[in-house]
Amino acid sequence: MTWDWEFAFEVFPDIISAIGITIGATVAAYFISLTLGLVLTLLRRSSFKPLSLLIAGVIEFIRMTPPLVQLFFVYFAFDMSPFVTGAIVLGVHYATYVSEVYRSGIEAVPSSQWEASKALNFSRAQTWQKVVLPQAIPPVIPMLGNYLIVLFKETPLLSGIYVLEMLAVAQQIGSDTYRFLEPVTIVGFLFLVLSYPSALFIRYLEKRSGKLPGSAEKGVKT
Amino acid sequence: MTEEAREETVETPGEDNANTIVSYKNVKKAFGDTVVLNDLNLNVNQGEKVALIGPSGSGKTTIIRMLMTLEQPTEGTIEVDGEMLWHKEVKGEFVPADEKHLRKVRGSIGMVFQQYNLFPHMTIMRNCTEAPVHVLGVDKNEAKARAQEMLDKVGLGDKVDQYPAQLSGGQQQRVAIARSLVMQPKVMLFDEVTAALDPELVGEVLEVLKDIASEGDTTMMIITHEMEFARDVADHVLFLDNGKIAEQGHPRNVLENPQSERLQSFLGRFIETN
Repeated sequence: MTWDWEFAFEVFPDIISAIGITIGATVAAYFISLTLGLVLTLLRRSSFKPLSLLIAGVIEFIRMTPPLVQLFFVYFAFDMSPFVTGAIVLGVHYATYVSEVYRSGIEAVPSSQWEASKALNFSRAQTWQKVVLPQAIPPVIPMLGNYLIVLFKETPLLSGIYVLEMLAVAQQIGSDTYRFLEPVTIVGFLFLVLSYPSALFIRYLEKRSGKLPGSAEKGVKT
Repeated sequence: MTEEAREETVETPGEDNANTIVSYKNVKKAFGDTVVLNDLNLNVNQGEKVALIGPSGSGKTTIIRMLMTLEQPTEGTIEVDGEMLWHKEVKGEFVPADEKHLRKVRGSIGMVFQQYNLFPHMTIMRNCTEAPVHVLGVDKNEAKARAQEMLDKVGLGDKVDQYPAQLSGGQQQRVAIARSLVMQPKVMLFDEVTAALDPELVGEVLEVLKDIASEGDTTMMIITHEMEFARDVADHVLFLDNGKIAEQGHPRNVLENPQSERLQSFLGRFIETN
């Protein structure tokens, strides 16, 4: 099949018009994964053992099954619109990975910070909110950012449940015209154009995160 | 009864008197099979300055960590200001305390750590106002005024907008002391607060401690390896060895006229190494 520039220019506007759906699904799923991920991390650290074991089990289960299967399952099991289904399933799926990122951040906060909080009589909730999370999250922001790109690149899965994001539109054009090469290439190009600046931005955050106030403390002694 | 144990009962009568603020009764602490404290009985009076000395592993840190509720005693009871620390009374029986009870009694205790443990993401001022505002419910401006006063007292009133990492170790430790003071605890615990400091910075921290001690009414329990400082500040010195109080009494007696061979050799080692 030879590349047809004229055809490419002709279908380009149709495909780019679906970029809003792709970005919308990404943002919605990312928001769910950031919030739910934190909730999962905190529940998993609960001192009530049955709860923490249950959460650990749920996390394993979600990770060990493919997101596409989860998409189909939720789509056919519940009566929700394709877009809502897609955002929730991807959000929940990546929440299990994001929670691992939070966990690494939380475990990097020295136990002496917990002890100092006790000595000042902070409640547990206050200790999380004022002492632990403000130290745990800034260092993992670049890692959290990476998951934004990962999620973004996973949105074509949603074409499987008829969400009209970019790939779905491209496939539709293909089946109408029997020309798949141009539409699919355009989709890939658009993903690249959006991912690459995001990756650069995350790299910038990574560099900057070493310079947050107080973050130099670990290296300083007396 | 061994000679040391008899001495102990002479120095600290078992029954509480009206001035007792901290009281350990038959306290034992074990980590697994390792017993770090055995049958500790100790009363500390209101306003008293107690220095705890002894080789590392002798159990002195465990004594004050249990008081700060950072470690739970394996056996026995600890009372603070007339209230059980690790137990509470439910229908006439003592049951292990819940977090709510612990928070209540913890309010009368403050602690300064060897590694300062300041909050690195907060300015010096916020390090000192966060707990008064959110734990004690003090008005923000009043908390700031109180923090400023304490920071002035430790000689760091001009550092309020800096972050801990911008300060020297000695300065950080002085902030930690101010942070603890603004909570106005009845009992303050000091866990080898100069041990992590470069030698030339030890003096400034000890000066601050002496100031606080001379002001009077705060009860202080101080773990230290600075024998001269212990002699100057303490009303009472405890020598711990192998999880027991091996010798105790007035600093002049304990430090200048040690009875046991263990204490003699411990103090001797000090004179050599210092």
